[in-house]
Amino acid sequence: MIPHFRQGFRHGIPIGLGYLSVSFAFGMQALSSGLTVWQAVLISALNLTSAGQVAALPLMAAGAGLTEMALTELTINLRYALMSLSLGRKLDETMTTGPRMFFSFANTDEIFAVASSQPGKVGKSYLYGLMVAPWVGWTLGTLLGAAAGTLLPQFIRAALGIAIYGMFLAIILPPARDRKPVRFVVILAAALSVCFRYVPGLNTVSSGFTIIICAVAAAAAGALLFPGREEQP
Amino acid sequence: MSLSSYFPYLAVMAVVTYLIRMLPLTVFRREIRSRFLQDFLNYIPYAVLGAMTFPDVMYSTGNMWTALAGVIVAVILAWRGKSLLTVAVAACLAVAAAQGIMLLF
Repeated sequence: MIPHFRQGFRHGIPIGLGYLSVSFAFGMQALSSGLTVWQAVLISALNLTSAGQVAALPLMAAGAGLTEMALTELTINLRYALMSLSLGRKLDETMTTGPRMFFSFANTDEIFAVASSQPGKVGKSYLYGLMVAPWVGWTLGTLLGAAAGTLLPQFIRAALGIAIYGMFLAIILPPARDRKPVRFVVILAAALSVCFRYVPGLNTVSSGFTIIICAVAAAAAGALLFPGREEQP
Repeated sequence: MSLSSYFPYLAVMAVVTYLIRMLPLTVFRREIRSRFLQDFLNYIPYAVLGAMTFPDVMYSTGNMWTALAGVIVAVILAWRGKSLLTVAVAACLAVAAAQGIMLLF
C-alpha cells in the first residue's frame, strides 16, 4: 500500500509544480476581479479546475445569475465526465464506491492523463498519492498569487497574465496540428468567440453564454462533419 | 466581493464541477452508445479552450502588442509540442521582453 502511495505521490509532483505557476496567475486575476485572498483560495481548493475557474471570474464580477454560472461550468467541465467514464474502466477492486467518490474530485486533465498512462489497473493507494501534490500546488499557488501578486511590479504582473492562455495553447495546438477535425473545431470556436466579442448585437451576450454557444456549436459541427474520427481519450 | 454573493457562486461552481466528475465514476458506468454524442464530447475540450483563448488572450497583458509577442512565442512552442509549463513560462518571458523593448522607444 505505502509504496503505491509513494509512487503516486512522486508522479504528482511535476503536475503540482505546473499547477503552482498557473494558479499563481489565477490568484492574481481573482484579486483584480474583486475577490479577497481567501475567497480565491477557497475556489481553488474546492474546484481544482483551471478553465472553469478562469471563466467564473468575469461572471462573478458582472453579478451573473447562478443558472448562467451552472451552465458555464457544465459546458466547460463536461470533458471531465468523459475522462471519469474512461478512467472507471482502469480502476482495480480497491476502488469501491467511497474511494471513487473521493478521488473523482481530483480527476483533472493532467491527473487523468497520468493515471490512464499507467500499465494495468490502478488502485486506491496510487490514486490518493497522485492527488496530493496537484491539489497542494493548485491551492498554494492561488494563495501566493492572490497574496503576493499585488506586491509584484506591474510589468511582471502583466507578463504573468498570459500564463494561463499559454497553457491552453499548449493543450490544443499539438492535437490541432496532427488532426484535421480538431483543427477545424478549434478554429471555428475561436472565430465564433471573436465574433461574439466584436460584432454589434452579439457583443451584448455575456461571457458565460458566449463560451457555451461557441463551444457547443463548434463541437457539434465537428461531430457532424467528421463522425467517428476521434478516439476516446 | 460580499460573502452573500460569493458563497452561492462558490457552491454552484464546486457542486457542478464535482458532480460532473463524480457521477460517471460511481453511478453511470455504462458506455456512451451514440456516435454523435461520443464525437461531440471528444471535441468539447478543444472547442472550450479555443473559445476561451481567443480573443481574450489579446487582452491578458493590458497591451495588444506585448500580448501578440506572447501569443507568437506560445504558438511556435506549443506547435512543436513543448510542455505546458515551458509554453506558459516562455509566453510570460516574451511579454516581459516585449514590454522592455517598448520602453526603449
